Amino acid sequence: MATVETRALTKNFDSGNAVDGIDLAVREGEFLVLVGPSGCGKTTLLRMLAGLEKPSSGDVLIGGRVVTWLPPRKRDIAMVFQSYALYPHLSVYGNIAFPLQSAGLPRKEIAAKVENAAAMFGIDRLLSRKPRQLSGGERQRVALARAVVRDPVVFLLDEPLSNLDAKLRTSARDELQQFQRRLGTTTVYVTHDQVEAMGLGDRIAVLDHGRIHQLGAPRDVYHDPADTFVATFIGSPPMNLLGEGDVVSGVRPEQLLPRAAFDGGDAIVPFPFTVNRIEYLGADRLVYGTLEAPHPRTKVISRLPSTIALPIETGRRYDFAVRERDLKYFDRETGRRKLRG
Amino acid sequence: MSVAAPRPRPLPARRERKQRSPAGSLSRPRIHPFDDEAWLGRMLLAPAVIYIVALVGFPFFLAIFYSVSDATVGSTTLHFVGLRNYERILQDPTFWRSLRNAVVFTVVSQALVVVLGKILAMALYADFPGKWAVRFLILLPWVAPISLGSIGWLWIFDPVYSVINWSGRALHLFGPGFWPIWLGQPDLAMASIVMVDVWRLLPLATVIILAGMSSIPQDIHDAAAVDGAGFWRHLFRINLPLIMPIMLVALLFGIVFTFTDLIVVYVLTRGGPFDSTQVIASYAYFTGVQGGDLATGAAISLFLFPALVAVAIVFLTIAKRTEVT
Repeated sequence: MATVETRALTKNFDSGNAVDGIDLAVREGEFLVLVGPSGCGKTTLLRMLAGLEKPSSGDVLIGGRVVTWLPPRKRDIAMVFQSYALYPHLSVYGNIAFPLQSAGLPRKEIAAKVENAAAMFGIDRLLSRKPRQLSGGERQRVALARAVVRDPVVFLLDEPLSNLDAKLRTSARDELQQFQRRLGTTTVYVTHDQVEAMGLGDRIAVLDHGRIHQLGAPRDVYHDPADTFVATFIGSPPMNLLGEGDVVSGVRPEQLLPRAAFDGGDAIVPFPFTVNRIEYLGADRLVYGTLEAPHPRTKVISRLPSTIALPIETGRRYDFAVRERDLKYFDRETGRRKLRG
Repeated sequence: MSVAAPRPRPLPARRERKQRSPAGSLSRPRIHPFDDEAWLGRMLLAPAVIYIVALVGFPFFLAIFYSVSDATVGSTTLHFVGLRNYERILQDPTFWRSLRNAVVFTVVSQALVVVLGKILAMALYADFPGKWAVRFLILLPWVAPISLGSIGWLWIFDPVYSVINWSGRALHLFGPGFWPIWLGQPDLAMASIVMVDVWRLLPLATVIILAGMSSIPQDIHDAAAVDGAGFWRHLFRINLPLIMPIMLVALLFGIVFTFTDLIVVYVLTRGGPFDSTQVIASYAYFTGVQGGDLATGAAISLFLFPALVAVAIVFLTIAKRTEVT
């Protein structure tokens, strides 16, 4: 277990800065998720933590030790790749044993550790198979077992669930979190999937264009987005943004509800709008519409839980509203959060 | 020669007639051979098959025929003599010497080609400015005609003008009394033809190995680096096993080219000095063509066949077994 820290970490490629002066401190035993759209620099950042990419400037510290110029094998880390990167010519046993053999452990100890790790992931029957004989889910488990077997101080995971089908992904997410909690190993996890990020992370760092826009607990990032990028990237459907003058106000779709849904305790702001389209999703209805005066004519989305039975038809105008304290304000120029409009 | 495709018939008309004919008609509609996949396939394969039969199959069976006869260049008649030619060859010390030389020549040069090819491929795999120019230059010996290349080497090894000797002297590497006669001393002659063969086959092996290395995903290398593998472990446990099948292909080509090669020996040493560089191919040529004893020459050359078949089977089996996803 160890902390992971970056100081003004920068990586230039020909096309610009992939990672632009990032200061990040991962706490001991923490599950930190780096999330952002593709090309935001999250994978480059992870690869610099691993030592697979040399930073242009700045430092990487693991357990308080500067490791910026150390090769990956001297950093005591383990990494799981999106492709799993299993060694195709080695058996499952050979794959899991490889890091231990590299570390020069005695044969007996290796066998014991490999069996232990394989049992932990329920792949002990598969030890003599080759990777090509395994299903996607089994490969992913082998990759995790190979990472765990060596007791590294840090796990680095690069979209390890993205090659699994949707159903398997949900259960794998659950297992992954349980293992991390049980082992208590500091983990940095990269994903472009905000649901995965929200569900897994103790804290999440939202990245775009090589910068961290916000770092915080999933709850805080969702309810108190630092800027319009975070507000629209996290949450599905994204936060509604309405421009008025040099202030942009933001409303989460699930907080934009019919007036009747409010019980009168809080101050509310009316948002009348005309419904253009309704998507019925089972547990929710997504109502697409255009705002009416006094607001600017902006397209907005409201997300109604199935507990709100109010019948809604397209083409008609409805009185919707938002609790005043749920409204967020952003500076139009910088996109940054403002306290009041 | 004309393949004489039948003239195209008015197809639609025939089809119409067929459709109108009563169901009892059993004759299949005749269609143009170009529209019949079975015939089209045969026609497209024919040139290759004819080529192989005429230029490989026919000479091969002719060689078998000659080897059990008393054919000579100077006579138009020949008689069946059974295995007498083979008996005589097996008692001929020069033949055994040629066989040994051919094996030494092949094994030593191919060992060097594989090791150097792998090293060169690793150097070229890395990114550096001018990589394409260097790759192009390295491929040049392969595209140059082998006889011209060998004649060039003849000058490099020349007893009077050898650029190696003069460079060695200029750099004070060769002492005043040291002046190797590359093609005139038995051990040096063998070393010289090995050197030329390596020079010729290295580019092909390098390119094949390079292609094999490029097919390994970068993630595998990254995983090995994170898993703690240093350079040698990475090379012997990950890199080499993964490109082994394709390296075997390079080796197989190299062995076949070298074991059957005549030109390097013919141009540089003519098998000399004292048959110290005589190989099976050159011995068969000197006996059968220059010596006029077609029957014995054919019999000698046929000793190449079982050896090459065995090599091919062994390597294709290994390559198949080590195949990865």
